[in-house]
This record gives sequence, C-alpha cells and structure tokens, in this order.
Amino acid sequence: MPKKDIHLKLEELKSGLTEVKGLELSIGKIIEEGWAEPMGPTPYPSVTTLREWDMKLLSKYKPMYLPYCDSCCLCTMGKCDLTQGKRGACGLDMAAQQSRIVLLACCIGAATHTGHARHLIEHLIQKYGSTLPIDVGKSVGIEVEAPVTRLVCGIRPRTLGDLEDVLCYLETQITQLLAATHTGQEGNELDFESKAFHAGMIDQVGMEVADIAQLSALGYPKADPEAPLAEIGLGTVDVSKPVILVIGHNVPPAAEIMDYLDKKSLYDKVEITGICCTAHDLIRYNPKAKIIGPISWQLRYIRSGVPDVIVVDEQCIRADVLAEAQKVKTPVIASSEKNCLGLKNRTLDPATEIVADLVSGSTKGAVILDPEKVGEVAARVAVELAPKRAKFKVLPSIAEIVKEAKRCTQCSDCRRACPNDLQIPEAVSKAATGNTNKLADLYEVCIGCDRCESACKNHIRVHSLITGAAEKKIKEEKYKIRVGRGAIQDIEIRNVGAPIVLGEIPGVIALVGCANYPNGGAEVAEMAAEFTRRRYIVVSSGCSAMSIAMTKNEEGKSPYELYPGAFEAGGLVNVGSCVSNAHIAGAAIKIANIFAKRPLRANYEEIADYIHNRVGAVGLAWGAITQKAAAIASGFWRLGVPVVVGPHGSKYRRMLLGRSDIKDDWNVYDARTGGLVNVGPTPEHLFCVAETKQEAMVMMAKLCLRPNDTSKGRMIKLTNYIDMQKKFYGVMPDDLHQLVRRETDIPITMKEEIVKILENKGWKESTIPDPTLLPRMIGTRKSR
Amino acid sequence: MIARAEPWQTAEVSGLTRALPVIKPEVVVAAIKKSKRPILIVGHEAASVDLEQGKPIDYVIQIAELTGAQIVATAHVIGEFTQRGFNRASWMPIMDISNRLRDPNWQGLDGQGRYDLVLLIGFQYYLEWVTLSGFKHFAPHLKTISLGRYHQPHANWSFPNVTPVDWERQLKSIVKQLKEK
Ligand code: SF4
Ligand code: SF4
Ligand code: SF4
Repeated sequence: MPKKDIHLKLEELKSGLTEVKGLELSIGKIIEEGWAEPMGPTPYPSVTTLREWDMKLLSKYKPMYLPYCDSCCLCTMGKCDLTQGKRGACGLDMAAQQSRIVLLACCIGAATHTGHARHLIEHLIQKYGSTLPIDVGKSVGIEVEAPVTRLVCGIRPRTLGDLEDVLCYLETQITQLLAATHTGQEGNELDFESKAFHAGMIDQVGMEVADIAQLSALGYPKADPEAPLAEIGLGTVDVSKPVILVIGHNVPPAAEIMDYLDKKSLYDKVEITGICCTAHDLIRYNPKAKIIGPISWQLRYIRSGVPDVIVVDEQCIRADVLAEAQKVKTPVIASSEKNCLGLKNRTLDPATEIVADLVSGSTKGAVILDPEKVGEVAARVAVELAPKRAKFKVLPSIAEIVKEAKRCTQCSDCRRACPNDLQIPEAVSKAATGNTNKLADLYEVCIGCDRCESACKNHIRVHSLITGAAEKKIKEEKYKIRVGRGAIQDIEIRNVGAPIVLGEIPGVIALVGCANYPNGGAEVAEMAAEFTRRRYIVVSSGCSAMSIAMTKNEEGKSPYELYPGAFEAGGLVNVGSCVSNAHIAGAAIKIANIFAKRPLRANYEEIADYIHNRVGAVGLAWGAITQKAAAIASGFWRLGVPVVVGPHGSKYRRMLLGRSDIKDDWNVYDARTGGLVNVGPTPEHLFCVAETKQEAMVMMAKLCLRPNDTSKGRMIKLTNYIDMQKKFYGVMPDDLHQLVRRETDIPITMKEEIVKILENKGWKESTIPDPTLLPRMIGTRKSR
Repeated sequence: MIARAEPWQTAEVSGLTRALPVIKPEVVVAAIKKSKRPILIVGHEAASVDLEQGKPIDYVIQIAELTGAQIVATAHVIGEFTQRGFNRASWMPIMDISNRLRDPNWQGLDGQGRYDLVLLIGFQYYLEWVTLSGFKHFAPHLKTISLGRYHQPHANWSFPNVTPVDWERQLKSIVKQLKEK
C-alpha cells in the first residue's frame, strides 16, 4: 500500500489541566515506498500542474468556437448579449463563455464517472472488504494493472481500500474545476481549455478506478481476448418468461438480481435483460444475461410491454421512464440515490411488503438503495406480476397505425422537432393509405428520442407508430456480442508496441460513445469492419460496442464472431462498458511504459508527449453524445490523442484544429540533436467533426500519422489513407507533399504517380526526428 | 412558398442578431455581384437530395461557372464534382475551411487574398447552424448566405423555410439572373 494513515488512539489521557477519554485522531497521510519505481515529477497534479503541457497542445491545436447561442444566462446579472465581441456584465467574452461550457460539460462527465466509482467502491468494500486485492489479469501476466492511476497519481493501488484514496483526490479536483466556472473566476479561454483537459484526465482516472474495482470483485473476464459471446437484440428475449429490464451504468443491483435468481433456482425461469452499460457489465458478470441494445432502445422496449419490472440505476436513463412504464403497467425500482424519480424510499421496508405493493399496483415504483434487496424484490415482482400483466403493450397494430395516421394534418411539427430531420410526415401520410413500409423504414434511422411524439398537437404516437410498423424487423434483432474483456495484457502490448510505434500497424481506432445517429449503429459497424480488414487494431466500448454487434454478414455472423478479440492487427476488441474506456487510454500508456520503457509513475507530460508523437491512436464518437463523452474525449486530448466526432458533435461548440497550411505550426524538437524539425501536420487535429462516415474514415486514417513513423510505417499508413480517399472520395489526396518525408515513405505501388505530384508541389526531402514537444527531453535518452 | 423566417428546427431558438430572409433571389445575386472574392462551401447533401430537375450540386456548379467563385467540397462530395466535369473545386472538412475563413490574414486557397462572401449549401441543419454562428461571432470580415432549404438565422441572408419545389425555383432563378446580368 503506497499511503498510510497515521492513526492515534488514546483510551485515556490525564494531565493536570484536563482529562480526555476515548480520543481518536487521524493525522494526515504519509507516502509509503512500496513500489520500486522512483516518484515522477507530477504526483496528484493540481489544476495548474500540467498547464504548460496543455498550452503546448493548445498552441498547435487552437480552439475554434462555434457558439450554440448568442447570450449567457448563467447568473442574474444576465442575460448578457455576447454577440460579435460584446462582453457580459462580468467582463466575460464569447470565447471564454464557450470554453466555460466545455469545462462544465467535462466536469459533469468527470463527476458522473467518479460519482459512479464512489458508489461502486463503497458497495464493493462493504461486501468484499477494503483489503480485496486489485486483480485485472494477474493470471495472464498483467503487472501494470492501473496504468492511468499510476501515471496521474503516482501510486500503485493494491486493494479496494487504496482506491478510496484516489477517489478523494479526484473529488477535490472536480470541486476546484467546477468552482472555476463560477461568475468572476477564470476568464481566459485557454485556461478554461486547460482546465477542461484536467477534468478529462481526472475522468480517465475515475473510470479506471470504477472498472478495476468491479473487475477485481465481480469475477468478470480479466483481459481475456476470448471472452465469451453473449446474446444481444430485442429478438433474443423469450417473452414467454417473466422479464426483468435493468437500465443504467452501475451494476451491483443487477448482479444481485442474478444472484437471487440463482439462489432460488429461478435462473432458467426468468429473463434478465439490460440496456446501456449496466447490460455490458451484467454480461461480464454472467453472460447468460441479454443485452437489448444501446440507449435508443429504451422507449421501444418498454412500450413493447415485454419487461415485467424495470430496475434503473444511474446515467443515460430516460427521465420519463416512470411515466412510460406506467403506460404498460410495469413497476419501476430506482436503485441509485442519483436518480430517485420522485418515488418513496422503501429501502428499510421488508422485501415482502414492497413486492406486494408493486405487484398489486398500489404503488408505481420504489426507491431501494440496498442492492441486495433490489435483487430479491425485482426477481419476486417479475415472477408474481408476469402472469397478471400478460405483456400488456402500447405498441399499435397495423390497423391501429393506419387509423391513427389518418388524423395527421401534415403540419410537419414532428419533423421540425426531430433531431435528425427525418421525413415523418411523408411516412405518416403513406401509412394513412394503408402502406406502413415508410414508417418501418424510419425505424432504421430513428434514435428513439420521442421528440416527434411530444410535438404532435394531434396526439399521434409517432414513435410508437414507427416501432409498431417495424415489429417484424424487431423480432429479427438477434446478434452476438463479445463480452467486455477489460484491460489489455502486458504481453499483447509487448507484441504490438514496436509495430504501432514504427507505424507498421497503421493505427489503433477506438470507437466509443453512443452511435445514436440516423444509421449510426450500422455506420459504426461498417467503420469497424473497414479498419479491421485493413489490419488496424479496432477497440470499442459502451453503446458503440453494442452497435457493432448489431449487424450481420451474409452468413448471419456478427462482427465479433468474425474478428478476433485480441489487441492485435485486425483485432476487434470490446473492452466493456463506458468506464472500461480507461483501458484504451491504459493501452496507449502501457505502450510508452512497457514497450518503450518510459517511467510511468507520476510522469504525465513525458508519457503524453510519447503517445502524441508516436502512438497512432484515434478515437471516434459518432452519435449525439453526453457530457460523459466530452470528459472522455478530453482525457484523450490531454494525452495528445485525436478524437473525431459525428456531425452532432459540432454542438460541443468548439473544435481543436491544426492548420496544415501554416508550416511553422508543425515543428518539433529532435530529442537527439535539440534542433527543430518540421514534421508536417501529423496528427493534424486534436478534435474535429466529420460530416459523413466516409469523411470520418479518411480523417481517422490520416490522424493515425505520427512524426515518429518509420518510412515503412509511413508507407503503410499513407497506403491506407490514399486508398480510402480514392475509394470514398474518388480522388487522390491533395496534401501528400506535407505527409511524405522521404522517397522511401512513398507507397511502392503508386510511386510513379506520387513522385509526379510531389514534383509539381516542389517537394523536398526532410528528416525523421526523434520527436518531442518537451525541451527537457533533448539529449536525455535513446528513444524507441 | 411558406414565407416564414424562423428556424426550421423548433428548439433552435435563434440568436439576438438574425438573418434577413431571402424572399427574392435578387438579394443573393446582388450580394454575389458585389463580392470581390466569393466562396461556396458544399456539403454532402448537395449531392444526395433529388429535386425535380437536378440536384443542388448541379445549380452550385452553374453558379460557380457563372461567377468564377471558389468551391470547397466537404466530406466525400469532391468526387461528385469531378464526375460532373467540374475540376476546380478544392476539398476539405467543413471545420477546416471554417477555421481558415475565420482567420482575417488567410490569403485564400489560391493565395490571392481573403474571401469576403461565404455561401453554404448541403449540410445537416445543426452543423450549418453552428458553422454560421461561428462566422457571425468570430469572422466580422465575412458576409454569409445560406442557400439551404431551411432558414438559418445565423447567416446574413437565408431563405425562409421553403418546400423542395420552391427551393429549386429559387436556385434556378439565381442561376438565370446571374446569366442575365
Ligand atoms: S456569468 Fe457573466 S456573462 Fe454570464 S450572465 Fe452572468 S454576468 Fe452575464
Ligand atoms: S406533428 Fe402530427 S399531425 Fe403534424 S405532421 Fe407530424 S404526425 Fe402529422
Ligand atoms: S423518435 Fe425518431 S423520428 Fe421521432 S424525433 Fe426522435 S429520432 Fe426523430
């Protein structure tokens, strides 16, 4: 254990002046040296410790703000008009206001993951004790078991109890960061950005803490590339059985349901199904559970009447879940204090009483903050209520759809409310003639948000009409997903370290966040397949990992059945739920540490500098995404890893963009000589929107380029970049003169053509440096 | 034509400084004529939307040919230009061209000086919305016109929300008037 309390306990103290009995004192903490690696320069960094590093990145990748509204209304001196250079009453300008919102989003995200970690660890410590050892894959040789925490905090957590120390640090930082958003605090946009990076880094630690805790305690697959396959899709549910639905991100209540069913030998008689990351973690706990799908499946599944009881925990749960559940006579159990839904807290009531009330319908739901009790109540309610509910549903039949569609006045309010401008009025009008095919087609592109239905003044249940029309398709939703494997093994890192850093594996593509965008799921799956076939390493997590599963080839096989789950060229790796994202950052960090032998402990700048210049990794979040995704992206930015977002990501209201046309922006130090070397726009951006899947793929291929690529590596990366641009755009890239450094970089099969292009551009050969942005690295080491 | 100058997506509450609705295409024609260096940014929907007699990209090409305006194709649209025999379009993501246009010192794709008028067409509504908002706040040296079907309040000029038929009529009329003058 790296840190130790000094704990003083006095049973009795008597002196001439006073008498004290039963006094206990905890005096701070001292650092205990239980880890041979010497402490690095930045243990437990404060808000400004890494500011200089942030500013280096921000001078290369300058923020471009895209205000989402013209005013600020954050305090009562406002609203303030911030248009075209005006300042608010507090002196803030538009750029600072936009960056403040970015910081707020990242704080919300970091607080959410860290809050989740706190709840999870409190529960796990209560159940398994604070001395339970951290084990993310000892049996497969993982020695660097918490790379992010080691890097940031400079400690090596060994037990669940050690993670509590880390959480205290994270909570302090989030509080300080949030305070910076108060009126009259930070006023400079770049400082807001630096703080947003800090929030992202804190978030990454919070995610790692949550995931390694649950991995260690709950018996999940541990860094297993051959983790089992589980079922996913609405069509996989056996509707003849009582069905439980769990929604959210914090797995203990769901795991307790499984345990209860098991204990009572009810397991085969009840279906347990999940949406969002609780489902991911549930199949890690027991692959017999079933995933329904990502966030967008909530309404359609509830309205189908299939679930007999719904258990919600935290995050990404629809705020109207209770109202929707009421419509189908399904009771709701709220199991997290972060989301009580206005229900009565029944935690201390006997289970039998709660079950009776929920089954009789005398109460529509209950807050139960004891996971074990949730397990018992949910299981018993499902079994007792299922025969009474008889899968009561509110999805209309085809005849009802046609009848309801006839009420449509073609006002277009639904379409104007739809985030994706779907052609709803057209489909409804067709349905009114008896043809529901267009409505059924909308199912493929609809993200299930229900804004259309809320907007319709004629009370047409638009989303239900779409779902009802697609009933046949829904029954066919039957796929396989590989259970989240957790961390990447040290040995895998050793095997791929060299080819990644030299560029021979063209890149690591991380598909994360939700894909809730018209066709988003299918597009993410398509991108995964494209890069896997090109021998990139594709990693995924959360809802994207689900979307990838929900496609099939001609032989009916899902991508996880087609590609290996190993962290290797051509692999398709599902790390697990949202908090498992930390393993993706962890893999990049481990490449710097295990392969390149860079010191890890509290050595953030050097490791980030290494990753930024050498590890060709890129993240993609394709759909409309939450504050958590902002924080996740921000954690990658601080590590120097570029992130691409789909069109909805433009609403994050700022990009971090390089300018490939400004040559001097692309100078780095050569660590060998100390000289400045121009390496071209590699990687070109830190955060950018892609308008279409084609653009996203080309952009990602290009963003995998790194200054350190060897000629062979650069050749492989350019081959993919050129090939994809030709395939998707139908033209040759126009920036090869900025990306080819030597003739040996040129893909052999296209040599003649490219040499001609380079000649026309007046291209000259340049050197390949040992790249770094940190002057202090010059002459210090022989780099790998 | 529905001459309503309000944002198409109902939750996109428009800003304090709002676009002038383009009821007559003369406004667009006059702005293009007045501009020394116009640039057209063309998104993927320009090639995926079918109007009765063509796609928006077909009208864009005619406008560029009549005025000599620079075209920047975003996403994967460049191939659609070359297929139509139009070979002087540049291409880059919308964020990149926006970033350059916001820089008052940028001398343009040809190095001949900065652009003064930006015309956009073919983007997801919200993507164009934030792009135009970015210009409005951070590029006071630019005038902007949205040639899309839906009203974009952050532009200087934008059509009101119009039907596809009226949209095509407007685009055609712009082309016709450019030819005449
Ligand atoms: S925080 Fe500043 S800009 Fe915002 S409303 Fe208050 S005074 Fe105005
Ligand atoms: S809002 Fe309702 S009435 Fe109006 S077009 Fe849509 S479905 Fe028809
Ligand atoms: S539920 Fe589907 S159709 Fe309705 S507004 Fe949302 S995305 Fe559009």
